Amino acid sequence: MRNKETLVQWILAIVALSAIAVLALIIIFIFKEGSPIIARLGLTKFITGTKWSPTKGMFGIFPMILGSIQVTLGALLIGVPIGLATAIFLAEMAPPRTSRILKSAIQLLAGIPSVVFGFIGLVILVPFIRQWLGGPGFSVLAAAIVLGIMILPTIVSVCYDVLKAVPPAYREGMLALGATRWQAIKMVVLPAARPGIIASVILGMGRAIGETMAVIMVAGNATKIPVSPLEPVRTLTSNVALEMGYAIGEHREALFATGIVLFIIIALLNTLARIVARPEKV
Amino acid sequence: MTETEAVSGRGTREDNNRGIPASGSTTKISARNFSFFYGEHCALRDVSLEIRRNQLFTIMGPSGSGKTTFLRALNRLGNLIPNTRHEGSLKIDGVDVYGKGVDVAELRRRVGMVFALPVALPMSIFSNVAHGPRMQGVRHPKELEEIVEKALRDAILWDEVKDRLSDNASRLSGGQLQRLSIARVLALEPEIILLDEPTSGLDPISTLRIEELLWELVERYTIVLVTHNPLQAARIDSKTAFFLMGELIETGSAYDIFTRPKDKRTEDYVSGKYG
Repeated sequence: MRNKETLVQWILAIVALSAIAVLALIIIFIFKEGSPIIARLGLTKFITGTKWSPTKGMFGIFPMILGSIQVTLGALLIGVPIGLATAIFLAEMAPPRTSRILKSAIQLLAGIPSVVFGFIGLVILVPFIRQWLGGPGFSVLAAAIVLGIMILPTIVSVCYDVLKAVPPAYREGMLALGATRWQAIKMVVLPAARPGIIASVILGMGRAIGETMAVIMVAGNATKIPVSPLEPVRTLTSNVALEMGYAIGEHREALFATGIVLFIIIALLNTLARIVARPEKV
Repeated sequence: MTETEAVSGRGTREDNNRGIPASGSTTKISARNFSFFYGEHCALRDVSLEIRRNQLFTIMGPSGSGKTTFLRALNRLGNLIPNTRHEGSLKIDGVDVYGKGVDVAELRRRVGMVFALPVALPMSIFSNVAHGPRMQGVRHPKELEEIVEKALRDAILWDEVKDRLSDNASRLSGGQLQRLSIARVLALEPEIILLDEPTSGLDPISTLRIEELLWELVERYTIVLVTHNPLQAARIDSKTAFFLMGELIETGSAYDIFTRPKDKRTEDYVSGKYG
């Protein structure tokens, strides 16, 4: 019996460690493949270079960094207000039954493969933008809208949980002071839930930056700096996915280096999420 | 000195307990065959009672006796729970609390409530008190300061917090926090103050301060206090009602309830057979 216990503990420990080891190996591999070119070109030149032309040996990813930022901010601009409003409605106002049904419907969104989002964007959104707003249709705007919808499940479920975690006493205390329901939400519930709401935004941001397939399908992927939301754009993730199939030598290294930049951005965002989501010390 | 005076020791309390008015004009709260249901469960059955203006009225009873339900019916906070309904009438100043066209937010401003667990709204001490008036549209800083100071003085908290009004309210002790909750209610200039076991989480000294505070406040407000502790009801020594399992068993002065209860169940409760 005692031996069996020890055995189980060992097995679980090995499984857990190997998962972490895989992660570590991936990181090591990306850095090993990508860092030589960064060292050769210089980090500043790689990050701030505006020309990406692998055949001519020019590897500047600034347009892609800017593209990722634009698309992500656009997605947040669309996804956060809608997601937060939905969460407030579900957590504070909707009758429990409605709330349960709607919440699972939204979580279903998270299960739809990103290629389906991309496809819908491609056949509906892109032509719509082209026809009514001008430009090629493949654009920052199209990518932002598709991503904005894709981050909704994250925003809604995290915000819902933090709103539900606000002590009911705050709400009741406010109502007992003659607050209307909206006043109670605005003045006490939302401020109390603020750290969690910010964390949900950062998680959504991480998802938006990392998303690849749907973005490739609607963003147009041109490697120049977009000056209007109606122009095509290429993100960091798209860059890797589009060219990895045929890249060799320096080009391949540059794509891994793109991965390093992406990895660092996402790691920073996750750390940030952890810091802001930490409950305030009393 | 009569026997009653010997027990209570204070003239003001006597006036409050007795001298039942001939006319109904000073009736503040009146319940007529009032019942309250959570789904199928009847939490309050056929309660009829009257509470006069500027009266301190104590409701005592064990857990599940419906006393909190009654309190929450008065400011309609009970309706936050889905599937509740009521029967009979419950009137404040002759107006049905559940009547059509009652502005619930305004009702709750007039009928302030202090909870068992004192709540520090996540903001400064000043804002905790100023919050209610702000919602009513008081914007002028000078005016707000005056309201806050008065409310804190009336709640006998001013001297302890006047130098740190901008501190987060969660730093106050339990007793201070409960007086802050009272100040928060006072800042709205309510007509009625409901207190739901306001001292259940407090030490004896804080408890005593709040009990004394009630007797000062009752000169300007109508106060309904709920307690599960018969000793507290005896100490407060006001008009008292005994609730048991959703029913009003009897009302009377604390003296009568504790020395010559009309009902056997009241007698058992006050003598500590259960509760």
